[in-house]
Amino acid sequence: MSQGKQSFAERFLGAVKAIGAKIKSGVLFVIGKITGIFKKKKDDPGMIKDPVTGEMRPIARETTRRQYIWREMKKNKVAYLMVGPFLILFFIFTVLPVFLSMILSLTDFNMLQWPHFKGISNFQRLILDDEIFLIAARNTLIFAAITGPVSYLMALFIAWFINELPPKIRAVVTLVFYAPSISGGVYTIWGVLFSADSYGWANAVLLKLDVISKPILWFKNEDLVMPLCIVVALWTSLGTAFLAFIAGLQGIDHSLYEAAAVDGIKNRWQELWFITLPSMRPQLMFGAVLSITQSFGFGTVVTALCGFPSVNYAAHTIVHHLDDYGGQRYEVGYASAIAVILFAVMITANLVIKKALSKVGQ
Amino acid sequence: MSKKLRTRGHRVVLNRSAGGDAGIIFFLIIMGAFMFIPMYYAIAQSLKPLDELFMFPPRFIVRNPSLENYSDLFSLLNDAWVPFSRYIFNTVFITACGTLGNLLLGSMAAYALAKMKFPGGKFFFKVIVLSLMFHPTVNQVTHFIILSEFRWVDTYLAIIVPAMASTLGLYLMKQFMESFVPDTVLESARLDGASEFRTFWVIAMPMVKPAWLTLIIESFKTLWNTGASIYIHSEQLKTFNYAISQIVSGGIARSGAHAAGIVIMMIVPIIVFVINQSKIIETMGASGMKD
Repeated sequence: MSQGKQSFAERFLGAVKAIGAKIKSGVLFVIGKITGIFKKKKDDPGMIKDPVTGEMRPIARETTRRQYIWREMKKNKVAYLMVGPFLILFFIFTVLPVFLSMILSLTDFNMLQWPHFKGISNFQRLILDDEIFLIAARNTLIFAAITGPVSYLMALFIAWFINELPPKIRAVVTLVFYAPSISGGVYTIWGVLFSADSYGWANAVLLKLDVISKPILWFKNEDLVMPLCIVVALWTSLGTAFLAFIAGLQGIDHSLYEAAAVDGIKNRWQELWFITLPSMRPQLMFGAVLSITQSFGFGTVVTALCGFPSVNYAAHTIVHHLDDYGGQRYEVGYASAIAVILFAVMITANLVIKKALSKVGQ
Repeated sequence: MSKKLRTRGHRVVLNRSAGGDAGIIFFLIIMGAFMFIPMYYAIAQSLKPLDELFMFPPRFIVRNPSLENYSDLFSLLNDAWVPFSRYIFNTVFITACGTLGNLLLGSMAAYALAKMKFPGGKFFFKVIVLSLMFHPTVNQVTHFIILSEFRWVDTYLAIIVPAMASTLGLYLMKQFMESFVPDTVLESARLDGASEFRTFWVIAMPMVKPAWLTLIIESFKTLWNTGASIYIHSEQLKTFNYAISQIVSGGIARSGAHAAGIVIMMIVPIIVFVINQSKIIETMGASGMKD
């Protein structure tokens, strides 16, 4: 009997254990399922984030990430051969100068003697002691803050308006607007239109109308040089960005406009905001980058029209200041500090605007 | 729809008021005049004989057009230290070599970046985009140091070689290849046993001719307009643009010759653009930045 009892107890306990095990395995199974969903993507050793395509893909367990990259690199030898020549030149003439400027900006290098490390003293001198730099910084910011947005909007709206014209007229009008930007030194004709004597057209008109009694020295007048240079800069500014906008507008699917009209878009402005701009966001982005970069680089226009230095530094920009110290006084360390500041300003302006533009129409 | 549909050609025009159209045309005329008048004035000045250049008030219309200023320009430049043909040769040589180099290196790199996946490719392209965000003048001082290390200062190489690695052309070419060269075509060429380089040269390159033209004009306009450069000192190596800028300093008496120079300078890029306009705009359609 006792054996039987025992066996009953054993069987009972056995049954409880068995049920317990079932429940346990069930719970573990469920927990495993739930956590698996979250875990699997991260920790499964069979998957790797492909360093080339950025997608998850299975790899052999014994391959490490480094080995995998090395294998991919060997497989794509040709690609490196093709990028190589460009990459090397790009590195030497664009990347290296940037880093070299950053290093030299901390020294007193002057092209003759071995440079000495000077910490941030160049930057201190720029901001605290160099009054002309402050004038240049102010002028540069005014110049960029006006020419950048104005030329961008001009390019956008003119491109938008041109897009309404029939194709043949459109081609001619595009040329009229684009021509000044590819014609190089043609902006020097503004020096003739606004020349300081009475043979200049602007002076002649004003003299004729008795507005003035003697010729105005346009590009030698402290108050007038900046506005004039800005006008000329804008005149030359409808370049690559402008073409990109024209192309972007032509690429928009016409059926979008028809659908929008049915959906209750009432006028061309709504159409611009809700359909056109969001559809050409990539071109808007590209154009913005080019316009901003361009707006910091109008130094040559100013030099050609106003001479160097401009009258009482009235149109002196950071680019001129850089020229002055780098190209003429050979204070390379100091010039590099100027370059680093200009570089930082340009990149920051670009990144901020890019961020803002990605929100257009959203 | 109750309102009457307006048409333009065969196309129904939606959401366009007549008043708005008039406003646009008015705006375009004003802006067009602003853009065109200085260009026209340069041409007019270049055709004015001396007595008309000195007329008060100056006129926009030329009464007796003559080519006097052009012959003046040539004789002025011929009297200079260096013969006139030398300046022209320099400009043409720099432009041709730099543009060709940029086309070859740029499109080869663009092909690899657009159509081949390799470690580092995406990073490299990000750096290229970053390089579009600053103006190259910022680098000029350190650029000069590097060129002098190579002993390239005062040689053609100082202008030509850096121009070969100009990034805007590469950027446009890569974006265009991504949109207009289908992977399937390249894949089948590869399956047929064509090497990657052959696929690029024989299959992909002919498909992106519009992008070549765009790269060419971008590079062309920069190099053609190369003026006084801090990397070139000898007169024999200076460009046409530089020679013209020297004429300006001669004052009013030379303004006719100066205008003639400007016109010669501007006519070449304009012709290049006019011939290729439709192709260039096609390429720009793919120029967008995605992120």
